[in-house]
Amino acid sequence: MANRPQPSFPEPDTQHFWEGCREGELRYQTDSDGNVVFYPRGHSTVSGDRDLTWNVSAGLGTVYTYSVVRQNRMPGFQELGAYAVAYIDLDEGFRMMSTIVGVSNPTTDIHIGQRVQVEFEEQDGEGAYPIPVFRPV
Amino acid sequence: MAQERLAAIAGIHEYPLRVAPGVSSMQIKADSMKRALDDAGLDWGDVDGLYDALDGEGGGGLGLAAYLGIKPRLLDTTQVGGSSYEFHASHALRDIAAGRCNVAVTTYGSTAASMRVPIGTGGMGRGGASWQQNMEAPYGSTLISNYAMVAHRHMHEYGTTTEQLAQISVATRKHAMRNPEAVKAMTDLQFVKVDEITVEDVLESRVIADPLHLLECCMISDGGGAAVFVSPEIARDIKKKPVWIIGAGEATKYRENGGDITTSAGAQSAPAAFGQAGVTPDEIDIAMIYDSFSITVAVMLEDLGFCSKGEVGQFIEDGHLAFDQPGLTLNTDGGGLSSNHPGMRGLFLLLESVRQLRGESSSQVDGAKLAVAHGNGGLLGGTHTGGTVILAAD
Repeated sequence: MANRPQPSFPEPDTQHFWEGCREGELRYQTDSDGNVVFYPRGHSTVSGDRDLTWNVSAGLGTVYTYSVVRQNRMPGFQELGAYAVAYIDLDEGFRMMSTIVGVSNPTTDIHIGQRVQVEFEEQDGEGAYPIPVFRPV
Repeated sequence: MAQERLAAIAGIHEYPLRVAPGVSSMQIKADSMKRALDDAGLDWGDVDGLYDALDGEGGGGLGLAAYLGIKPRLLDTTQVGGSSYEFHASHALRDIAAGRCNVAVTTYGSTAASMRVPIGTGGMGRGGASWQQNMEAPYGSTLISNYAMVAHRHMHEYGTTTEQLAQISVATRKHAMRNPEAVKAMTDLQFVKVDEITVEDVLESRVIADPLHLLECCMISDGGGAAVFVSPEIARDIKKKPVWIIGAGEATKYRENGGDITTSAGAQSAPAAFGQAGVTPDEIDIAMIYDSFSITVAVMLEDLGFCSKGEVGQFIEDGHLAFDQPGLTLNTDGGGLSSNHPGMRGLFLLLESVRQLRGESSSQVDGAKLAVAHGNGGLLGGTHTGGTVILAAD
């Protein structure tokens, strides 16, 4: 599918993350003490400090948990059939919601602990942000 | 530690209909308040405190007192989803003990069924831009799939099975079949089978979001109700036995890097509530736990301290839950799974606790003295709140 809901802007916390997706980069933040901050924000969730650094993840992670959605009444997902939503633990120490692509049957081909790699799924529409999704490796 | 008697629930009302076309949420709130005051033997003009979860047409809250026509000296519009009413009880205990009000009311009204609101499967992430929506909306996560992710992780870490989780639905339905309002609810909402169910029935019902089946998910109904909180002085002269609020705890939890999704906010709110009450989980007769889904109850049984983390499957297999079995009794009104779920079920946890401690439940546990009501608001696998309230009969 290539017409997922898009992020909405202006939204200052996540804008830089999404600009990264255009560059093929999965970006995350660290504070001055090295704590990982994710989802993106303007402050450290440990200290409140606003002095954050942007980094680029290698995009490798592990499936922490997942579900296969069989019923979603939201337009765009309604006719998709079964698809996965998952929390992915990236090797750099952050957890993000995403989906898992490249499996023929999501109900049997996905498991907790599975290693996955990010890829950026192009979306319909001019100027649309590519969406980071994960594929088993 | 001696239990302090600082505030009581004096009157309750549960709106009887689960399908109520032509009635507004605000009308359900006002009607329920009147009937709850009648239940206590108190008058409309006695109300000097108002708690509200911002439900109802027009958003309640700021406009609710105007709609009702009362002038309370305390207003609290805490909105934390389905746990709002446990937070209201917690705040009423605090506020009444501080002398800020003497007769306070919380009301709830919803026409979610008549309005065809797809609470569990409607998809999330609509509305304006926000940091969280921008990160999650593209993936089509539904409310149910969020809870299902907790179930998958719980099964992975502890070997919990669908058969074990299904027992929660089975016990709850057993109670529902004894509650005429729940039976009417299931009939009016056109349940395929308005009868007791088996583990096989649960497993054979369709999967909504793996690993959760239809019969592990709460219904969507209309409904509402009210509870009246009073000071000990008022409690002396009410019509029925007061039910004392002896402890309360509040907490929140959310997706964290490296966090444990199988532990909820209840692990923080419950020790606070039990500590204030001076009682332990093994003394509790009745557990009214927010059963949005089977997994919600399973996680809360652990987090409330009825068994250790990861051991709920065995706890369930040991034969607890039903009112006619020894040990802890769960959700005797039929729960959200089989009696009503208009969106924020927390109020009904308080109402059935009161019925049990008065001896008025349709699945009465003889001699019930202590109940815990635990509400969960928001997303168990994401941002949520937990409100725990310990209630005691004299």
